[in-house]
Amino acid sequence: MQGFLLSIRSEFYKTRKTLAFLSAILLPLILCILITAGFYTHADKIMFLSAKMQWFRFSGAFLGVMGSLILPILIIFQTFSINNIEHRAEMWKSLFSLPIHKWSIYSAKYVYVVFLNALCITLFASFIIASGYLLNVLNPELKFNQFDISGILFKLHLKLFLASLGILSIQFLFSLLWADFLKPMGIGFMLTVFGIITANLGWKYAFTIPYTHPMLALQSMMKQVLNNQNGQMEFDLLSQEIYVSLIVAAITFIIGYFVIIKRIIR
Amino acid sequence: MGSKLIIETRNLSYRFGNQLVLDQVSLNVREGSIYGFLGPNGAGKTTTIKVLLNLLQAREEKVFLFGKDLNNNRIEILTGIGSLIEQPAIYSHLSGKENLLNRALLLSVPAARVHEMLNLVNLTEHADKKAGKYSLGMKQRLGIALALLHDPKLLILDEPTNGLDPNGIIEIRQLIRKLVEERGKTVFISSHLLSEVEKMVTHVGIINSGKLLFQGTIQELHNVSMKQLEIQTNDLISSKELLCKNGYQVEILSDTILIPYLSENHSAEINRLLVKHDHKVYNLTLSKQNLENLFLSITQI
Repeated sequence: MQGFLLSIRSEFYKTRKTLAFLSAILLPLILCILITAGFYTHADKIMFLSAKMQWFRFSGAFLGVMGSLILPILIIFQTFSINNIEHRAEMWKSLFSLPIHKWSIYSAKYVYVVFLNALCITLFASFIIASGYLLNVLNPELKFNQFDISGILFKLHLKLFLASLGILSIQFLFSLLWADFLKPMGIGFMLTVFGIITANLGWKYAFTIPYTHPMLALQSMMKQVLNNQNGQMEFDLLSQEIYVSLIVAAITFIIGYFVIIKRIIR
Repeated sequence: MGSKLIIETRNLSYRFGNQLVLDQVSLNVREGSIYGFLGPNGAGKTTTIKVLLNLLQAREEKVFLFGKDLNNNRIEILTGIGSLIEQPAIYSHLSGKENLLNRALLLSVPAARVHEMLNLVNLTEHADKKAGKYSLGMKQRLGIALALLHDPKLLILDEPTNGLDPNGIIEIRQLIRKLVEERGKTVFISSHLLSEVEKMVTHVGIINSGKLLFQGTIQELHNVSMKQLEIQTNDLISSKELLCKNGYQVEILSDTILIPYLSENHSAEINRLLVKHDHKVYNLTLSKQNLENLFLSITQI
């Protein structure tokens, strides 16, 4: 356990100044600034809506683009960057010859990527809420302060986080296997596009493809909220695609360990 | 020098699929020695080192370090080993000092040791420079500092002088001697060039095609080297012809005739033969075969 915790600290130490870590903070921040600026300059278009609907439109602007494209691409980039640090430095052999369990080194790296993803998604939710209130301060005619969306928004982002774990595990494995940028990035991007198409077409078995999970999670949430008779914004955290995502994540994580042990040492 | 075996492999064999890479290798490395592990490229040196570091696993109890079986005591044994495999593994986006601090963090080593290591490998002045901008020699020294950070008893270095200029080789050589003489380390160092390690090693193991062909002290290696007569005359070509006609096995190297040494009388007979046929003998000396030639002859078997 000590080796695992030390490995996590080491992961942070060596990535703290790299884009792998900074992207988890900068991406939500930049996207928030851009969308907030857009809503501020076009506030008149949502002024007439209720507080709840204003939040819906505002957060929907983030979630639509994030669920389908940004989240998978960010995961592809982060998993690649974290493992590429070791590939570039020819570090795997050196790490595995240290007096630390190999499993601790591998799992710490995986957990660190999961942490970065969680950090990024949490920041997204936090920045959306902060931006909504900021918009209200800048334009008091807006009604963001009249409805508390934080609980729903954090739950939704938790759902997105769980839905993204399958993609994360697969991309983590790809970037362990291939040191070059094109293979994990290219395959990941292709699968993301394939996921978008199948999810949008409503293919019956789309839930079996991990790259559709963030989008399916949003779709199932929307479907549930719109079907609520009482008008409440309630939805299930765990749905079919979330279960599949978690199963894929667990299996790929375990396979990844054996693949990396066999492949890297030669 | 202690008599305790630090590294011991007992008829170690290793296969990659059907290819036998190590064939019954029995290494014996004693405490306090500098063991030169020599062989041409592809001989099995790096595979042996990977087995010693448990990166590749020997199937049975064949590998013992500090007297303990490696497969069953991996963490304990690796705590006593510092290693540098192939090229130094360094994060180029971090400075030399940050590379060491990161490793210190991983191994729970006090940060004060980082400064000590930088000082030891003469990198204090360049501690804050990005490691990616280091010269190859500096990278190798940083690699050795990383290997030494947790104060291991045994240092395993895989071709640490590869690609270095003569000054870089001398620096590494001096550093290794210092580690053994002043800090009591045992060093296992691989190389494909005998000349690079000949001046610092106390023991030698020569491997080729996965087989250990020689193992012993550097003195024992000198002893097995073949004695030769070196003769210089006024006309090397006609002297060679004369000697060949009389049944001697002759070779010309540069300005010298080389003949395998058999005995003092045999040398006197050769001298008499040359003088009798009006050849002027300038020099007739006894020499040993150059170690590098010996190494080549062993590995070409």
